Amino acid sequence: MSQRTATGVSLDIAGLTVGYGGEPVLHGVGLTLRPGEVVAVLGANGAGKTTLLRTLAGLVRPTAGSIELGGADILTLRTEDRARRGLALVPDGQSVVAELTVDENLRLGALWRHRGAARERAIAEIYDLFEPLARRRSSAGHQLSGGERQMLAIGRALVAEPALLAVDEPSLGLAPLIVGDVMTALRDAAASRGLTVLLAEQNVTSALSIADRGVVLSLGTVVADAPADLLASDADLRHAYLGF
Amino acid sequence: MNRIAPSLTGAPRTIVMGAVLTVVAIAATFGLDPYRNFQLATIVAYFCAVAGLTLLVGLTGQLSLGHAALMAVGGYAYALTASLATDMGLDGLPRFLLGMAGAIAASTLHGLLLGLAGARLHGPYLAGLTLGIAIALPAVTAQFSGVLGGDQGLRIDRDDVPAVLSRLIVVEQWQAWVAIMIAGVVVTGLAAVRRSSLGLRMRAVRDDETAARLSGVPAGRVKVVAFTLSSVAAGAGGAALCFVTQSVSPGAYTLAFSLLLVVAAVVGGLGSIGGAALGAALIVMLPWLVATLTDLVDMPAELEQRLSGNLGLLVFGALLIIVMLARPGGLAGLRRGRRTRRTSAEDPTPPSGPDAVAATSPTGATAADPAPASALREMPANDQPRTPQTVLQSPTERER
Repeated sequence: MSQRTATGVSLDIAGLTVGYGGEPVLHGVGLTLRPGEVVAVLGANGAGKTTLLRTLAGLVRPTAGSIELGGADILTLRTEDRARRGLALVPDGQSVVAELTVDENLRLGALWRHRGAARERAIAEIYDLFEPLARRRSSAGHQLSGGERQMLAIGRALVAEPALLAVDEPSLGLAPLIVGDVMTALRDAAASRGLTVLLAEQNVTSALSIADRGVVLSLGTVVADAPADLLASDADLRHAYLGF
Repeated sequence: MNRIAPSLTGAPRTIVMGAVLTVVAIAATFGLDPYRNFQLATIVAYFCAVAGLTLLVGLTGQLSLGHAALMAVGGYAYALTASLATDMGLDGLPRFLLGMAGAIAASTLHGLLLGLAGARLHGPYLAGLTLGIAIALPAVTAQFSGVLGGDQGLRIDRDDVPAVLSRLIVVEQWQAWVAIMIAGVVVTGLAAVRRSSLGLRMRAVRDDETAARLSGVPAGRVKVVAFTLSSVAAGAGGAALCFVTQSVSPGAYTLAFSLLLVVAAVVGGLGSIGGAALGAALIVMLPWLVATLTDLVDMPAELEQRLSGNLGLLVFGALLIIVMLARPGGLAGLRRGRRTRRTSAEDPTPPSGPDAVAATSPTGATAADPAPASALREMPANDQPRTPQTVLQSPTERER
């Protein structure tokens, strides 16, 4: 895992307002990530976590606000161009291309970044990171288990060596044991590559276990922003915003 | 090919295979009489268009109901450019090459324009647009009858057998050769695209456009390129047909023919080149076969008159229904069905071929993460709970 071309970049989101026609889902959300920082976005259903990540990736257009990746404004870029700037989103629901094989999914992720031998090397690294995938190279995406699909979705994002990895609810629909594995793999990948990670989760405990900082969203606004260990240990904060 | 030359992979393998099949087809023309050679030339001309269509529908999921009109674009452009070349005093190879260049330029332009519109349209709307093109063709040729010749269409001079070959073959066989060579180049190109990274991008866009874009695939551009390639294939087929019949007219490219091309692609198996060849052969041979068979049966003149021309379509419809019920993957799926079953079974042996490069690092895995390797077990993937949030957002995902 040496000679990385890409390392983490900063992310600056300010005054982000997003709606789907009616009442906005996000109201002026501001968020800053330092390079290499792992930040968990926490909150209940409907808090706006997914909308925040989808807006970040350019799948949803905000009505106001700014998004800067490594100091450069990316708001006008299309989704595919944001990916080519090093912004990788793993959407919720174990997003793999179901008709493509594991190998093809990874090749797809690596296409724009690497050619020839470098592409094969990058793919081999993902197989090292997620060993179960290596055994299922030629299985189609729809034949994988939930955990394998989630690994493949993350692997497809990582194979392009992004500078910022945004992951939406990786724990959704997975058994607790597997959630732990996915989180560990995410943390290791982030640590070894110096990635900046934005992790949206309802599963507060496992998200905070790998995060440097936690940001709590409630009804579309940021209501708390604190170091992960503080957020995890402060009973009042937890009770007020995370409901346990 | 796997067993004959296992070391040959990727694009070189596709090209070698295409060249071999082209030579085999050319050799086969020696076994056919002139009329059969004419039928073969028609089949390979249709093969170009069906292969282009099957690539478009099978790989990118864009449906075109107007591929006959795109064939006509190639045919008319060939006729116009070849006539122009005749006026300039050219004939033989230079005229043919100019004609092909004209056909390819015109069908590229039309494919690009339609593709640009099509990339913004989903499902039935693109089908509707291309359907409109197919319907509009006769009106266009009538409107510009000064150039396009109205209902009569255009006629061009016949290309005779080159002097070197004139002792060996007759003109029908020569025409079949030319058509086969056009199809060889076009279809080999399509097959190479299908196996390339562009083909992978196309399939990704078809299956999950959002995931493809998140992986940096410019989905719109990929669709436009696919439509243009498909249009060029159809145009080359139209040019080949124009070369063989020395004529092009709107009557040859009706809406019914457009739909027949789709049926050929579906019956053959969407996305399959071999299936496209089967489908093209079917749409040429089936009507003829049915007519030959009905001639053998003694029936009243009135009934025979009613059946004539319609029975072929009836058989085609029945065949389509039977194939869809028994083999949804098309006739080519007979072979593919077996292959899928084999790969889906847990295969403990390391893969060979291009994939093997990625497999050659057994060390280093444990350094990164010891946990997932041991603990990840089979979990059913499909019954994950849908949170209100994801339900709320799925409509917007569809719209995009």
